[in-house]
Amino acid sequence: MKNKMLAVPYLVWMAVFTIIPLAIVFYFAFTDTVTGEATFRNIVLLGQYGSILFKSAWLALVSSLLCLIIGYPVAYYIAGCSPRKQRFLYMLVMLPMCMSFLLRTLAWVALLEDTGIINRFIITLGLRPLPLIRNDGAVILGMVYNFLPYMILPLYSVIMKIDPRLIEAAQDLGCNSRQVFGKVVLPLSLPGMISGVTMVFVPAVSTFYISQKLGSSGTALIGDVIESQFKTAYNPNLGAAMSLGLMAVVFTCIALMNRFSGDDGESMVTV
Amino acid sequence: MSKHLIDLVGVRKTFDGEDALKNINLYIRDGEFLTLLGPSGCGKTTTLRLIAGFILPTEGKILIDGQDVSNVPPYKRRVNTVFQKYALFPHLDVYDNIAFGLRIAKLSEDEIDARVNEMLEIVSLKGFENRRTTTLSGGQQQRVAIARALANRPGVLLLDEPLGALDLRLRKDMQNELKRIQQQLGITFIYVTHDQEEALTMSDTVVVMDRGHIQQIGTPEDIYNEPKNAFVADFIGESNILDGVMRDDYLVEFFGRKFKCMDKGFGKNEPVDVVIRPEDIDIVPADAGHLSGTVTSVTFKGVHYDIIVDFKGFKWLIQTTDHQPEGAHIGIKLTPDDIHVMKKTEYSGMYGDYSSYSAEYDEINDPDAVIGEEDEALPQEERDEE
Repeated sequence: MKNKMLAVPYLVWMAVFTIIPLAIVFYFAFTDTVTGEATFRNIVLLGQYGSILFKSAWLALVSSLLCLIIGYPVAYYIAGCSPRKQRFLYMLVMLPMCMSFLLRTLAWVALLEDTGIINRFIITLGLRPLPLIRNDGAVILGMVYNFLPYMILPLYSVIMKIDPRLIEAAQDLGCNSRQVFGKVVLPLSLPGMISGVTMVFVPAVSTFYISQKLGSSGTALIGDVIESQFKTAYNPNLGAAMSLGLMAVVFTCIALMNRFSGDDGESMVTV
Repeated sequence: MSKHLIDLVGVRKTFDGEDALKNINLYIRDGEFLTLLGPSGCGKTTTLRLIAGFILPTEGKILIDGQDVSNVPPYKRRVNTVFQKYALFPHLDVYDNIAFGLRIAKLSEDEIDARVNEMLEIVSLKGFENRRTTTLSGGQQQRVAIARALANRPGVLLLDEPLGALDLRLRKDMQNELKRIQQQLGITFIYVTHDQEEALTMSDTVVVMDRGHIQQIGTPEDIYNEPKNAFVADFIGESNILDGVMRDDYLVEFFGRKFKCMDKGFGKNEPVDVVIRPEDIDIVPADAGHLSGTVTSVTFKGVHYDIIVDFKGFKWLIQTTDHQPEGAHIGIKLTPDDIHVMKKTEYSGMYGDYSSYSAEYDEINDPDAVIGEEDEALPQEERDEE
């Protein structure tokens, strides 16, 4: 009984700061900006923003996959190191997360700008400056850079937990090291991949700062549009509807990914 | 049965500068059930892992079928392992676990299917094909692990304490099952355990190990009846181990008494360890025995009682089916069969002591009488009371 009482503060917190705000978002999404009457107009209007929503999801997905491709070997390498080295490398992965997200993104602006560090160097070489910023590539770069630790950490902890005896068992049954990886390590790290992709995808799909700083006006993402509804267009009702739309996209994506992760253990009790 | 399947020649294995195995020489015959027995840290699992190829010897050679495999990786060896905690693949069902090695070997699906079914039959797991391994009981997981290892038709099956995690009843059943499978398939089993009873029950050959050395190799009967040193005597079953002196062939003196025994070939007056198994000791009335003492504790063990008998300070363990009350004054009788003499070793004085040794034992009136000789002459009434 006492243990249950300990959960009360958080339950209250959750009610006040999660459930109630969510209810308010719902309320706004289904009411008219001017009259305050119940309406589906905001939801219908979402259709106009479908392409932006799709683009956001697409860029977030590409970033997630890039993070996976870059992050997996890193996580695999760290998991195989001595405990001392593991702690050091783990800290190194965490380190960027200790710095301000805004600062990190602005640093990329300083690097990539037309008159930024990289282009100035290129100009001194006598070459034409490259269009490094204000495009999708720069946005993806910003997402990958900022969210890579969220991929590496869950992968690392899952790979770490793979029982070394399973690897020995695979060797024992005739697997060379490539087969051990393909038949045992990779499938067993699938949960880490799923949670890594989710951890990267969710913040990436809703980000607005990265796209504002690194993207062009044409690469406005759903996060930017939602922000503008509240800050410049003064249409919180449409903004709320967009938030709901985004939530729906995120939930759908997570559900799809969990589907891929397959039937993990308990859920498969048969016979 | 006589062909050497595996040879370990002068094998030494060092971990971080510490010797885990020192100069191991061992051969394993084709088709035998060999058990590596010893306490934890004795090197038995290291020996198994060397044979499997998970670790490489620091010195010496390992031969399989006469071929030096000392540096051959595990996946190229004709041996398969049943791991201590099964190590089943959690992402695969029972069928795919058993088929794992066969798929790696790129057998046709038809053949894989036939083999997996054959294995399921052998380990009595028909109908469990599509179960997740995580939903199986410990005993069932154990069977899957055995089937998975046997499916590859290895020349040798290595088993690393495979029954350690099972409860007593299941362990007994699986012991019988393993022995049956081994005999049915005629595959060589190398079995690692710290459970002496398991080793005695299942093995053709027992290898007793301690501190990185092989202490004794022999049949279960040899190991039990003729332990080579105090360690083996104590580790295999219970033993009362006494200091003695070999006065002559077939004549040993301990407790200030001379006893007939079955051992010879020691130096005259050589100090020796004398082993007396607690179940061999016959209890007789106090005045009719070779030695007499007082029962100081009685423990009911189901089949028998463990009683500790104090012979003026030196305590023996005696196992008897007749209840003796605490405080009772009893006598014991030893026949030459009951006495086993061993050479003194580094282990002498470390084991087999149910109290501290007391040299002042002088219960028997005539210190020069040779006990055991007059056994045949014992009156019938006394025999009945044994």
